[in-house]
Amino acid sequence: MARKSLVLLSLLVLVIGVQLATSMTSTQYYLTQLTMSAYYAIVVIGLSVLMGYAGQISIGHAGFFAIGGYLSAALTTHNLIQFQESGVVKLLSSLGMIVTGQDLYGEELLVFVPWAACIVAIITAGVIAFVLGIPVLKLKGHYLAMATLGFGIIIYRIALASEYFGEADGISEVPGFTIFPALGDIGPVVVSGDFSGRVQNYYIAWCMLIIGLILLQNLINSRVGRALRSIHGSEEAAEAMGVNTARYKLYVFVLSAVYAAIAGVFLTHYNGGIGPSEASVMKSVRYVALVAVGGMANLWGVLIMGVSLTFLSLRGVFGSYDDAIFGVILIMIMLFAPEGILSIKLKGLFFRKNIRAKQEA
Amino acid sequence: MLELSSLQKNFGGLKAVDDVSFQVAKGTIKAVIGPNGAGKTTLFNCIAGNLAPTSGSIFFQNQEIKGKKPHQIAALGISRTFQNINLFHGMTALENVMVGRHIRSTSGFLAGMFSLPKSWKEEKKIQQRSVELLDILDLSKFAHVEATSLAFGQQRGVELARALATDPSLLLLDEPAAGLNIYETAEVARLITKIRDMGITVLLVEHDMSLVMDISDEIVVLSFGSKIAEDIPSAIQQNSEVIKIYLGEDEEAMA
Amino acid sequence: MTSDLFFQFLFAGITYGIMYGIVAIGFNIIYNTTGIINFAQGEFVMLGGMLSISLLTVLPLPLAIAGAVLITMLIGALIEIVFIRWLESPSVLRLIIITIGISILIRELALHIWGESVRSLPYFYGNEITSIELGGVRISPQVLWVLGVCSIVVAALSVFFKVTPLGREMRACSANRKAAILCGINTRNMVTFSFMLSAGIGALAGCVMSPITYTQYDSGTALAIKGFTVAILGGLGNSIGAVAAGLLLGCLEAFSVSVVPLAFQDAISIAILLVILFVKPHGIFGSSEAARLKEF
Repeated sequence: MARKSLVLLSLLVLVIGVQLATSMTSTQYYLTQLTMSAYYAIVVIGLSVLMGYAGQISIGHAGFFAIGGYLSAALTTHNLIQFQESGVVKLLSSLGMIVTGQDLYGEELLVFVPWAACIVAIITAGVIAFVLGIPVLKLKGHYLAMATLGFGIIIYRIALASEYFGEADGISEVPGFTIFPALGDIGPVVVSGDFSGRVQNYYIAWCMLIIGLILLQNLINSRVGRALRSIHGSEEAAEAMGVNTARYKLYVFVLSAVYAAIAGVFLTHYNGGIGPSEASVMKSVRYVALVAVGGMANLWGVLIMGVSLTFLSLRGVFGSYDDAIFGVILIMIMLFAPEGILSIKLKGLFFRKNIRAKQEA
Repeated sequence: MLELSSLQKNFGGLKAVDDVSFQVAKGTIKAVIGPNGAGKTTLFNCIAGNLAPTSGSIFFQNQEIKGKKPHQIAALGISRTFQNINLFHGMTALENVMVGRHIRSTSGFLAGMFSLPKSWKEEKKIQQRSVELLDILDLSKFAHVEATSLAFGQQRGVELARALATDPSLLLLDEPAAGLNIYETAEVARLITKIRDMGITVLLVEHDMSLVMDISDEIVVLSFGSKIAEDIPSAIQQNSEVIKIYLGEDEEAMA
Repeated sequence: MTSDLFFQFLFAGITYGIMYGIVAIGFNIIYNTTGIINFAQGEFVMLGGMLSISLLTVLPLPLAIAGAVLITMLIGALIEIVFIRWLESPSVLRLIIITIGISILIRELALHIWGESVRSLPYFYGNEITSIELGGVRISPQVLWVLGVCSIVVAALSVFFKVTPLGREMRACSANRKAAILCGINTRNMVTFSFMLSAGIGALAGCVMSPITYTQYDSGTALAIKGFTVAILGGLGNSIGAVAAGLLLGCLEAFSVSVVPLAFQDAISIAILLVILFVKPHGIFGSSEAARLKEF
């Protein structure tokens, strides 16, 4: 326990340190990409539990990210004024889920509150993952890979073809997401791309990532986590030991989808929009690459590589070879270091496998 | 305790298990023997739920278990080992055994994620019990070694400990002495009797005749999927049909 | 639906269907010798189209196509030698990820060479509006080309596997690898050759289809997933089954145009494929018992 807290604490110190460093050197523009990287890392750590620990591949997680992002964006931007009189809209507004406002041109606007949109989006992603997971997770190996890939393409095509989701342009002018309203002297906590809120948003993103990480770490070290790893080790034996493998695979699939959707929702509000490229196959493959390079079953490794590579990519370091770089990374890791890049050096330093850490506790 | 009646399993035209019926009494060791390809492992897989029998029925503690999934059968109190050791790779010996405690504990996803007191209290108990079991099998010094990197005999031990961790009332052992030398086999024999004395009923499939004759209370002989004899060991040794099968096999082996 | 329209849909279905069948055969060839599903299969088709379009600027059409097929075959061999050959008993997950990585590399390479523009080969005979009357139905001569070339490929392949020593060795390799090694067959070379063969077939299909379907750097993925499902439907490893399943899918897709808006067509056809994958993972012609014995 002590070691675990120590590592977490050093991450926290690092996060604060980076923020202070950027404000001192007035390089605060880095924070924007660091914020985005943190959100993408949420997708990646969720996928790591599915792939690394439970051993189930998914090449469709951009789909869940997009479901979260697109739904939240659409619900908070599409004007419902024409349905004003319908029972559903009335009910929702009496529940406080829909508010009126004005758009840029002063027209009256009737839209979902971000909180409500966020919850709807995440639940939808979870439900879709559940319904999809029941048949999909019966498949193994190549079949599973292809089926999840197919799911990703379907979501991409739907986003690209639906007027409701803005076709090729996606959805823009998504409002900020007020997590906590202003309270007395304390200002509101808003997820948005406003320059003034840059530092605040950096902390929001990293808090979410760290909380997400802690939850997953707890999970991995629990009875359920052990069962998940046993499925990876030998599905037949896990089943013989009484592990309901089908249910556990399904739940972890849903969990990772929910992580992806949460990231999608927040990043969309932060960016103020979302486009179809977020749902593309390449994005899904990129998440898989980040999980692989971080060492699959190594949450810390996945987090570190997820944040750093995404940051570099967002800074445009890879230029027009961005996607190609991720392809190369994917191949190189799988060829030469299937345990992940960190397995080479850092593993001994950071990671004693779970049991030992627990005995110290 | 366990009752098979007219159990049948066909693979296409092949009758791997053909109309087999027998019972296993509580607190006994029963062995299933027979030449290679007699359908022993298929029979096992039918009982454990890995294969769906074509027809017939399997009752465990007066409950029909045919058609149930392996994990449901495990929850009812039937545990097993595998002919080709089937440990969880990437996990230590202790963790392997701890998975065996899975069905005897309840913490779920949320309890685990939020590390609720219920979860870690239970976790402590799981670990305690698992260490105990490793102790019984004299394997506690390997607790933190990756299970699949252990020596063959030790792996069998870990697998046995894992099976015992489920608190089974019936233990299925699939060739527990396969690949072991005589000393290790004798050790396994001692262990199996010890397990029976703990009140656990044992059904084992075995090739090694000496092991079976020494420890079994009753023996079922299978040949080409059919039961040809069922008796106490000394009677089986005298059974002309059984001798014919085994000698027949020897003749073939010599030819 | 008028009978005229019906036949139009039917021919479109057959054309696309045979294309899917060919991609599926590409999957099968590699799967049979190695147990690998090559996720870069769709990229071979794209490469064939793109290379032949480029070569056409300096060579006459038949030579350009031949050149494109040869180059793609070389690339296929190269991929196997560089990325696959020296791995010792890699896990399925690892191989999936490697071939996905390869498909991305090829796609990105294509993007850098040819850009995002949509290209196509000219019609082999006549042009877009040329049509031949066949029993009262007017069809494009290119459709006949596709049907002709693809039928020849399928026929040639089955002859190749049945008659030639090399084909027999490849079959031996797929039936029982260890036994094949014991018989003195160099199984590693067989694997390389299977990559070459499946790359070449993919490329050829890419060439003949290009005038109808057009070619773009990212046209491989959707093809791969459809080809894969067709391969599953036809029973993994079964070439005739693949063609039959391909035709079925092609026609289904073609006729769905009359009901479903075009923009959603891909989404819906992939969704149908997924359903098929869930319901009949062992293929329409395969048995579930046999499928269980295969390793995935």
